Amino acid sequence: MLLIAALLFGLLASFAFLYPGAFNKFLPFYQLRPFHVSSALFWIITGATAGIIYYKKEAFNLSEENEKTESSFIVLWIGTILAIFLCYALRLFGGREYWEFPPVLSIPLLAGWMIFMISYYTQLAKLKQAKPLYIWMWSTGIFFFLITFVEQNLWQIPWFRSSFLKEITVQWKANGAIVGAWNQMIYGTALYLMVKISNNKTIAESRKAFSFYFLGLTNLMFNWGHHIYNVPAASWIRDISYIISMTEWVIFISIIKDFRWKLEERDRLKHLIPYRFIIASEFWVFVNLLLALLMSIPAINRYTHGTHITVAHAMGTTIGINTMILLGSLGYMLDVDEQSMRLKRTIKNANLLTQVSLGIFWLSLVVAGILKGYRSVSLNIVDFREMMKPVMIAMTVVSVSGIGLMVGLGTMAVCYLLISKKKSIGIELQHGKS
Amino acid sequence: MASKIFIFLFSAFAAYSYIVYISSDKGNKEGTPDKHVIAGWKTWQDKNCQSCHQLYGLGGYMGPDLTNIVSQPGRNTAYLLSFIKHGSDKMPDFELNETQSGDLVSFLAWVDKSGKSKVREDQVNWSGNYMLDKPN
Repeated sequence: MLLIAALLFGLLASFAFLYPGAFNKFLPFYQLRPFHVSSALFWIITGATAGIIYYKKEAFNLSEENEKTESSFIVLWIGTILAIFLCYALRLFGGREYWEFPPVLSIPLLAGWMIFMISYYTQLAKLKQAKPLYIWMWSTGIFFFLITFVEQNLWQIPWFRSSFLKEITVQWKANGAIVGAWNQMIYGTALYLMVKISNNKTIAESRKAFSFYFLGLTNLMFNWGHHIYNVPAASWIRDISYIISMTEWVIFISIIKDFRWKLEERDRLKHLIPYRFIIASEFWVFVNLLLALLMSIPAINRYTHGTHITVAHAMGTTIGINTMILLGSLGYMLDVDEQSMRLKRTIKNANLLTQVSLGIFWLSLVVAGILKGYRSVSLNIVDFREMMKPVMIAMTVVSVSGIGLMVGLGTMAVCYLLISKKKSIGIELQHGKS
Repeated sequence: MASKIFIFLFSAFAAYSYIVYISSDKGNKEGTPDKHVIAGWKTWQDKNCQSCHQLYGLGGYMGPDLTNIVSQPGRNTAYLLSFIKHGSDKMPDFELNETQSGDLVSFLAWVDKSGKSKVREDQVNWSGNYMLDKPN
């Protein structure tokens, strides 16, 4: 449902961007954007936690679950999300990046997350044997989500607002790291899925896998400075971030080296729908990692910062990587490969439409960003409307390809909802019989 | 072994975070915000201005970056107040009163004092990094 909401509001926001006069009276861009951003972020975070709650029973060898505690978390979390959307509908905002709702609603979110953490870690403590990497990643993501969420709210303490440079630095330190936190949770789920699908435990136990985990963790902790390269705060923040971010070339080169092995794996497993989503996510990891590495070089960042290239990266990762992994995860949970041929064919066709649309969408945003960066930096055009004239053409392509994304992803979301409904009716009937 | 590496990294992260908190303000040349700046900042957040505008390139892309709008040639306080009051075909009228508009301009003037959003070509060195302390 959150995914469908993110798609709908995203599409509306893209047209509000092109035709603001038509939207300003009833649903302006400054109202649509928070609806879209919150829907997308809560889709990702909620999807990640749903996977962890579902998979940990098997992963932790649990004999019983904390159903009551986890239900409290879910009720509090979903209730707060609904309250957030109500605030947006009433045009009540908090105006922070990612969390555009009134800050008082951070309290129930934080309370809910702590309930989830307590449930997770008390169950983890019972697992005595060596933990595969996906458990490390889930544990890291959950822990750092708490830290970075609290850090994102430090601005409410007056000392952090005594300087604009300090406030923006701390805000984007937290914003950058929180992305790393939810990525740890989601990539951990991708790794778990690959262990199950390929029946190969070693991919979550190898030294190479753990090395990449620590590389990722180092970037989560110290790489966030690329968001604020142009901010005249302490220069060592930029220096450290630049050096740390360049370490990710190791991951990029590793993906290239493993390409032939990946092709062999793909031939073995491509009949499985969850695998198709995982392999799609790996393609988008490759493409977005290259973009991120280039953007992390300050001399290039000078052109890309404040342009739609940032949006291309944000949406390319949110849709191409995180959403694909979550669709694979949900498909695995729902036994999508056991469904009818017709339903599976619908999902495969919808996935194809999604990938093509996402490709056009992403490229158009990159082109829009290049145009804005070139006109702003090289041509030094100061008049905003003049600068944006050719950019709007690229943004029109973005909106049109967004329709394809909406249809493709929306179709898959509806298919999953239908499967889920069928399964819950089946469970009710079973309980009725027994 | 993995636990030890994690503890080491987390300790480094905690120390780094503390150093960032205490020394990222670079001497606070914009000065401590007065009550008008704080009120203007609150209006900026309440009206979700960052969804369309950027400060230091961070925010939405519907409108221009406002970091240095106050010191931009051809723009002055009267221009900004008039723009906020009447809006444009892209920017709706937020129905701010005179006090709110004045406070918002005070906030933007304070942000302007913190530095320049745009990086000059001569501030980029051979390694691709910036030298933002380099004078004009």
